[in-house]
Amino acid sequence: MIKPRQTQMRQQRPYERIHNFDEVPLGYTEEEAVREANRCLQCQYPTCIDGCPVNVDIPRFVGQVARGDFAGAVATIRETNSLPAVCGRVCPQEDQCQGVCAMGRKFESVAIGRLERFCADWEAENGPCCPPVAADTSKRVAVIGSGPAGLTAASDLRRLGHTVTVFEALHVAGGVLVYGIPEFRLPKAIVSREVEALRAIGVTIELNEVIGRVITVDGLLERGFDAVFVGTGAGLPRFLGIPGEQLGGVYSANEFLTRTNLMRAYRFPDYDTPIRIGERVVTIGGGNVAMDAARTALRLGARESIVIYRRSVEELPARVEEVEHASEEGVFFHLLATPVRFLGEDHELSGVECVEMKLGEPDDSGRRRPIPIPGTEFRIETDTVVIAVGNEPHPLVPKTTPDLEVNRWGNIVADPKSGLTSKPGVFAGGDIVTGAATVIEAMGAGKRAATAIHAYVMGGTDVAPTD
Amino acid sequence: MSRRILEKKQLGPCIWEYLIEAPDIAKAARAGQFVIVRLHEKGERIPLTIVETEQAVGGVRLVVQEVGKTTCEMVAGFDAGDALLDFVGPLGEPSEIARYGVTVCIGGGVGIAPLYPIARELKAAGNRVIAVLGARSADCLFYEKEFADLCDAVHIVTDDGSRGESGFTSDVLGRLLDTGEKIDRVWAIGPPIMMKVCADVTRPHGIPTVVSLNPIMVDGTGMCGGCRVEVGGKTRFACVDGPEFDGHQVDFDGLMARLRFYTRSETRLLDEHELQPCTRKQEEAW
Repeated sequence: MIKPRQTQMRQQRPYERIHNFDEVPLGYTEEEAVREANRCLQCQYPTCIDGCPVNVDIPRFVGQVARGDFAGAVATIRETNSLPAVCGRVCPQEDQCQGVCAMGRKFESVAIGRLERFCADWEAENGPCCPPVAADTSKRVAVIGSGPAGLTAASDLRRLGHTVTVFEALHVAGGVLVYGIPEFRLPKAIVSREVEALRAIGVTIELNEVIGRVITVDGLLERGFDAVFVGTGAGLPRFLGIPGEQLGGVYSANEFLTRTNLMRAYRFPDYDTPIRIGERVVTIGGGNVAMDAARTALRLGARESIVIYRRSVEELPARVEEVEHASEEGVFFHLLATPVRFLGEDHELSGVECVEMKLGEPDDSGRRRPIPIPGTEFRIETDTVVIAVGNEPHPLVPKTTPDLEVNRWGNIVADPKSGLTSKPGVFAGGDIVTGAATVIEAMGAGKRAATAIHAYVMGGTDVAPTD
Repeated sequence: MSRRILEKKQLGPCIWEYLIEAPDIAKAARAGQFVIVRLHEKGERIPLTIVETEQAVGGVRLVVQEVGKTTCEMVAGFDAGDALLDFVGPLGEPSEIARYGVTVCIGGGVGIAPLYPIARELKAAGNRVIAVLGARSADCLFYEKEFADLCDAVHIVTDDGSRGESGFTSDVLGRLLDTGEKIDRVWAIGPPIMMKVCADVTRPHGIPTVVSLNPIMVDGTGMCGGCRVEVGGKTRFACVDGPEFDGHQVDFDGLMARLRFYTRSETRLLDEHELQPCTRKQEEAW
């Protein structure tokens, strides 16, 4: 009998969770996972696999869960996805596999993401299921950046038998998974578990290595690496270019989240890095990063957390689940408004002046363009603002690699199917190429690049762009 | 990879010199660049300017002043043979060294340290190099001999007149200009207020004045945006665009305000750990 609705996942209650940084959804039990997996129709011509940027064989792993073969399910996922515990938590499944799930046409889709998370957590409790590693090819590949693109490329390349070294600028591997995404959405222990799994299959990870400074991309090639994958991701935050952005109390989301997540400022003074916020925190922007910042502010002790977004609720770029979680926790949304200047006293923020917006004709992105309504200016008193309106591409590799072509925004130009750049032997993928996207899209790019790099180092000739 | 401390030496009250074993960084480092240091798992990431490299031992020389928790803790607990947990660099853009003609290198307090390699490279590039070194008092002054061996002239100035003349580095700079010394370029490295005043002194003369900024940083590698400074009305980032900027364009008041933003947290941290920064220590003889 068809069960129209998804098996719910238990989660921390909103009034409890805003006082801690523990994960919000608590995971399925084995019984719950089996029940949910049995909702899958096991379509003869499944659409979900193509809905996944790394093409996980979803019907197969869900079928295995339904039969209670959890180890088999883990092995199936790991064939194509090196970060299942991460993807099961942060992928926008509603736009990907679950968005095209046949069940979803009439009922709720199968909760594929929750099942993936279940499998990954089951693996963590029951011992790792290490995928096989091919015989040594004696080819060496350098991976720059240990975010989702780099980790995926490293994993696939290592499993193809290559010697892989990952260079990470920070003191922890994981990139945005550790500095950006908060603990309550993606526990750092999970990221380090995935990184350890990479080390276990023989990937070398060099921390505190800033490529472009201590050694350049050319230097890596000269040092004997046969190919280089650049997955350096997002760099410096965008600001709004309005008066008062230098005031103390105006944070970029990158700084706000890095202090909290990477440096554990929420445990100050046990940890040394402080974060200073007021009773009311205003976050500018409507994406997942803005939701992360607004929810982090509550956990840091803010009494009020307000999100200001210039379009309406339909255009909010954040995942529906993130917006729901934020609303449950008491985050206020002031939609159709945008800041025009920050107000300060003695170089510190005291408020933000905003203006109401209306939506006009669609712009290049297809979304209706927000237009300020004159005379609707209003002020919000606050001493903390977090600006979450996106990032520039990370500057260091393009800046120090003269023959690497970049577009006018500073993103590396790379073939979408192979990651091949203008420089022989150098491939790129993730946010450094596309600008802000999702974890799984970056993983998909890392995966495609790994395939192309494999062909390149084994063939010994240049791989031509595939189209 | 943790990095071993090869040498540690006291230069003055609360001022210490370290040599850290980091051959790859020593090889790549150039004047004007910095490193990020984290001492232990709970530590913060702080930027420290590279003073010198010792290629023979693969060492990077740093000068540390006890001002915040991390620097106090480093001096109190990290000696030769110990290791620093994280040591990242070289970061930032190197100084633009060229043959300018006559250059004046002004160092105030612990800013004397990062000035040294710049003065040396300027000299090597064929410039006439005049050094102006300032400190609170004689015992806080260091590298006097090193600069004397290197530079065409050295002026010493202390707040209290206990060594050299009494006054500020900007006074000496103003006097050099008054005496008609033809100056082609100035480097000023020290407390923000000193750099601001020096830039004010050279502005009417139109002499390019380079300053090295040390705003609060978190990652230091071009990601977080915490080190932003307004330069010429534009937002710039000290970690990747700097740390050196055109002193005539820098919004020093904004920089100083942002440097003060965490003062209360820093005080709390020092108190919790019962550490005494140099501002609190009596200037005991040593």
